[in-house]
Amino acid sequence: MSYLTHLLTHLRKDLRLEWRARDSINGMLFFSLLVVVLFSLAFEPDAAVSRQISGGILWVAILFATVTALNQAWTRELRNDVLDAQRLAPSPASTLFLGKAIANLLFVGLVELILAPIFVVFYNLHVLGNPWLLALVMPLGTWALIVNGTFFAALGLRTRNRELLLPLVLFPISMPALLGMVQATTLILTGGDNLYAVFWIKMLTGYDIIFTTVCILLFETILHAE
Amino acid sequence: MPRPQTFRTLLWLWFALSLIALAIGLRLALIAPIDAAQGNIGSMIYYHVPMQVGGLTFPFVNLIGSLAYLYYRSRNLQRAIAFDALAVAAAEVTVLNLSVGILSGMLWAKPVWGIWWTWDERLTTCLLLWLLYVSYLLVRRFSSTGQVYTLSAVISVFAAIDVPIVYMSTRWYRTQHPSPVFFSGNPGAGLDKSLYPAFFSNLAAWLLWGFFLIALRYVLERRRQQAQHAAVQHAIATPEAQ
Amino acid sequence: MTHPAHTEAAQLTGVSKLFGSFAALRNITLTIPPGTCTMVLGENGAGKSTLLRLIAGLNAPTQGKLTVFGDAPQSQRRRIAYMSHAPMLYDELSAMENLRYFAALYKSDGCACVGSPEMALRAVNLDPHLTRPVGQYSQGMRQRTSLARVMQADPELLLLDEPFSNLDVASAQQMVELLTDFRTWPVSGGGTRTILLTTHQARLAEPLADTVLTLRQGALISSLPKTGAA
Repeated sequence: MSYLTHLLTHLRKDLRLEWRARDSINGMLFFSLLVVVLFSLAFEPDAAVSRQISGGILWVAILFATVTALNQAWTRELRNDVLDAQRLAPSPASTLFLGKAIANLLFVGLVELILAPIFVVFYNLHVLGNPWLLALVMPLGTWALIVNGTFFAALGLRTRNRELLLPLVLFPISMPALLGMVQATTLILTGGDNLYAVFWIKMLTGYDIIFTTVCILLFETILHAE
Repeated sequence: MPRPQTFRTLLWLWFALSLIALAIGLRLALIAPIDAAQGNIGSMIYYHVPMQVGGLTFPFVNLIGSLAYLYYRSRNLQRAIAFDALAVAAAEVTVLNLSVGILSGMLWAKPVWGIWWTWDERLTTCLLLWLLYVSYLLVRRFSSTGQVYTLSAVISVFAAIDVPIVYMSTRWYRTQHPSPVFFSGNPGAGLDKSLYPAFFSNLAAWLLWGFFLIALRYVLERRRQQAQHAAVQHAIATPEAQ
Repeated sequence: MTHPAHTEAAQLTGVSKLFGSFAALRNITLTIPPGTCTMVLGENGAGKSTLLRLIAGLNAPTQGKLTVFGDAPQSQRRRIAYMSHAPMLYDELSAMENLRYFAALYKSDGCACVGSPEMALRAVNLDPHLTRPVGQYSQGMRQRTSLARVMQADPELLLLDEPFSNLDVASAQQMVELLTDFRTWPVSGGGTRTILLTTHQARLAEPLADTVLTLRQGALISSLPKTGAA
């Protein structure tokens, strides 16, 4: 129970920090909207084509939102040497990581909720498949991006080139998940084979479980690396 | 651990052996019959495939080195650092092999398939493995001395977990969306028996050469570590001028 | 949770710390007995902060052996509290929110060993009900909040890096008195309080310290018990 309490403490802290500053969510919203609008302007697709490509475009927009969140994920800990205080705290290090990752998930989730109706409007979308499956794919896919992103953002914290490092290492790591989320979303939107969609969802779930476990196990190692 | 002199002799022998093997491989490759459909470019397989095989094998050496480092770092620091030297040596040779492999593959693919690139499971895996190990090397370059070993070891672990997943997911993707390019002209697929001597001798030769490079780089890294250790002792003994 | 009283608070044997090629600490051997207050003096760059960071467990020695309460500092986190130059507080949160957050991190099942944030803030002369975020505090207020943060953790070993900087003379005097007092507060779970602090203002901390260590260019120059004469 103590683990959960610590986790909630960290989560509450991150939510409170973002609520006070609100700089992260604004940035995320701006970039994602930009992507959605830009592609809609550029392509003007008809309904069928729109459904084919919208899966990819949606996830590009969410990717922008996620990377914006990740780039500043640990900045508040870097200021004032708070990270040192965190390293010295007796609470399990992985709770710090999970709290932050879950907070990021909630922020990006909020952006997704705002994006969704705008998306439907601009792409004249009409989901042919099972929309409840979509409600499953979104958090699974977003978590896949965020869990690894938050981890590697922390890993690069004290390296000199972290802006380069984060995308460089995240792309290969996230690629299977990206494939899964785009495939699943496109299949659901175009009313494609449900079996395949569910297959990709299962793959995403497996991916999430594996990498969440690895990140939790290794976070303490990288936090104290020195 | 063999004594340094023994190791050095072994290394020289290995070097000579690799050169001989490479020479044999080259000769066999030059006299091997040319594939009618592909023409001269078909000979690329004697170079491309061994490079790729090396690029897919040496990461295991890196993984072993990284895991051993993580295991020993709280128990026997000297041994842990030696394993880290092995890890970085393997990582560099991996990047070398993969770079050459991917480039040579592209050079082969353009005339034979008509395209530079496709996202099939093998190419995707190789590219992503390359990206992961380039970031491994970048992390080593850009982190401060204390953390280098641990951070790069963690990336190694992630790479080891990720690469099979990448391979499988791309493969599944490909069963749903078969690549538009037909695969019968795949390098190394359905190799005619007459090409076996050239192929396998080159495979063996380039792998020998790759392992030699790893061993050489390992020795260099160990020397660098020892020099650093000596510098540390010196810095401790003499106060720096303010 | 009682501990053998005779374990040294900190023990260093031949400890050196290098950052790249710069030797911040060179061959340090010293013992910090429990229940004492030790003051570390030295110029900038002498290695005072590094020494504290090593004892806190934030950095590992490049060479040598270091133990805190007979164990690695990382295993003794609950008994150590460290205050650095930087406030180690979230700018966006108020003092009370910061302290409550950090107090929660030090709690564990069945252990009521954390002091009250409110009490800690009052002890450093700050209003616990101030809702302004710490980022808007003056330097002195931030310093005092930082001290409150480490005191509330109820540590047996208190590490303070330049605690009197940024404080005016009156506040600094108050802090010295507070720390003198703090030494006498009972530790939940038994044990004594040990303080190790670095400072440039030797005269200020003199009444507090039992021993004075001096570092120069990373080496320990002297270790003197406090004498009566100036």
